[in-house]
Amino acid sequence: MNDTGSGLEARITPDASAAVLELRGLRKAFGEHEVLRGIDLTVHRHEVICVIGASGSGKSTLLKTVNLLEGIDDGEILLQGTDIADPRIDVDATRARIGVVFQQFNLFPHMSVLDNVTLASRQVHGVGRASAEENARRLLERIGLADFAGAYPDRLSGGQQQRVAIVRAIASDPELLLLDEVTSALDPQLVGEVLDLVTELKRQGSTILMTTHEMHFARNVADRIVFLHQGEVVEQGAPADVLDAPEHPALVEFLSRVHA
Amino acid sequence: MTVPAGAGTPVAAPAPSQIELERRLYRRQRGRRSIVVSVASTVVVIAVVYFGVVNTPGWAAVQQSFFDPQTAIDSFPSILEGLWLNVRILFFSAIGVAVFGTLLAVVRGLRNPVFFPLRMLATGYTDLFRGLPLIIVLYLVGYGIPGLGVFPRLPAEVWGTIAIVLTYSSYIAEVLRAGMEAVHPSQRLAARSLGLSHAKTLRLVVLPQAIRKVTPALMNDFVSMQKDVGLVSILGAVDAVRSAQIAQAETYNFTPYFVAGLLFVVISLPLIRVTDAIARRQQRREQIGGTV
Repeated sequence: MNDTGSGLEARITPDASAAVLELRGLRKAFGEHEVLRGIDLTVHRHEVICVIGASGSGKSTLLKTVNLLEGIDDGEILLQGTDIADPRIDVDATRARIGVVFQQFNLFPHMSVLDNVTLASRQVHGVGRASAEENARRLLERIGLADFAGAYPDRLSGGQQQRVAIVRAIASDPELLLLDEVTSALDPQLVGEVLDLVTELKRQGSTILMTTHEMHFARNVADRIVFLHQGEVVEQGAPADVLDAPEHPALVEFLSRVHA
Repeated sequence: MTVPAGAGTPVAAPAPSQIELERRLYRRQRGRRSIVVSVASTVVVIAVVYFGVVNTPGWAAVQQSFFDPQTAIDSFPSILEGLWLNVRILFFSAIGVAVFGTLLAVVRGLRNPVFFPLRMLATGYTDLFRGLPLIIVLYLVGYGIPGLGVFPRLPAEVWGTIAIVLTYSSYIAEVLRAGMEAVHPSQRLAARSLGLSHAKTLRLVVLPQAIRKVTPALMNDFVSMQKDVGLVSILGAVDAVRSAQIAQAETYNFTPYFVAGLLFVVISLPLIRVTDAIARRQQRREQIGGTV
């Protein structure tokens, strides 16, 4: 991420002239079931987009296709202008440019926190152990977990594990960060610490595409909210417009349920 | 931020309540009683077996031909020398099995259709060698392959080692494959999403976790291999078993076999204990949980 130091500088705003990710007519079906039915979506640099929608609306599949963890049936996925859905692309190198955080943290239980965070730097990006660890310790320091560098993930609470997972994803400065329901597996009192970290990343200028059920967070932090319904983007816009003045009946119904 | 377990300044515990003191007393009494019962029952069982065996009509003759102290002392040096060969065979077999077994397990786990023939080959291999008795493999490799006349003359123990590696690799491959399948797919997903290649994901994420999951089964096979190393004697290699056989032929006394057997047990013990300790330590480090 852009390390901009202290927290008092002006807010970094989305750069509408630079698209980090552009999805064009993205389609994906599992057997007969069409999960994504022609998604068009652009994520600009420094932009935070929250994808909302009911279970089964295709949110998680959307993020998986962007990271090439799931193949697509049609369409284009442009990362900085290059179509990464092209089978001739180097999949591992592409994934290394995108950070992903999962609902279930998925830290490696047989490695210390420090090794978890430095693994990709050392094994994929060819950074030496010393400098990878220095960078990791700095990041852990910033989220208040420096004391846990040598600990194994199981010693950590869910919220701490998820924050380590986020640090692991950003340790090698990805161009894009994908967060898939990162607070859904957490106890309510642990949700805040993870969302605070995401807010901090936005403040530093990260480009984030995330799915979430935390409407309050989406309202405060997202630059744009995208509502996914039956595999299609049916409504998108600034948080206030989408959440306070929904137009599509499916969105109206969805919001009435999550606000209840 | 949440407070980690064990953090914070220790606070002096308040004096236990009357009810807790009574519970502790009860637990202590129960503990003492179970120790007394287990010691007593062990002594009784050993006594019954001992007197039962000693009072059999043929005991004097059996003791003479299987547990003769003088024969044991006389045959000990040559058996110990033979055992050193077993240890060396075991060492190289273990390395060979680790490499070949892992390779087989990885090949069997390949999902890409391109590798179908390789996968079939590995599957056929494990099926064949798990079904084939080791003694037959030893004969085929030890007498058959040199008979082809294309290899230089090699000592019997080398062919024996090769036969053991061939057989045990198929067992180990299956154990490892089960372990790899037991690693949750989300671990592969996380590794691949970081940009790790398939090979690095296997080596750094899947295999280390798989091996931890199947350590008891691996150790079981290792101990089993350790004693099967004694079978190389049938090829003429002078190991502990063969030395015992030679000593037996000289004295018409079976005590050397007993000595060799005892030595095999003795060398397997430290390893078993060490593995138990390693497994316990790993569990403590990576898993927090109750005792249930």
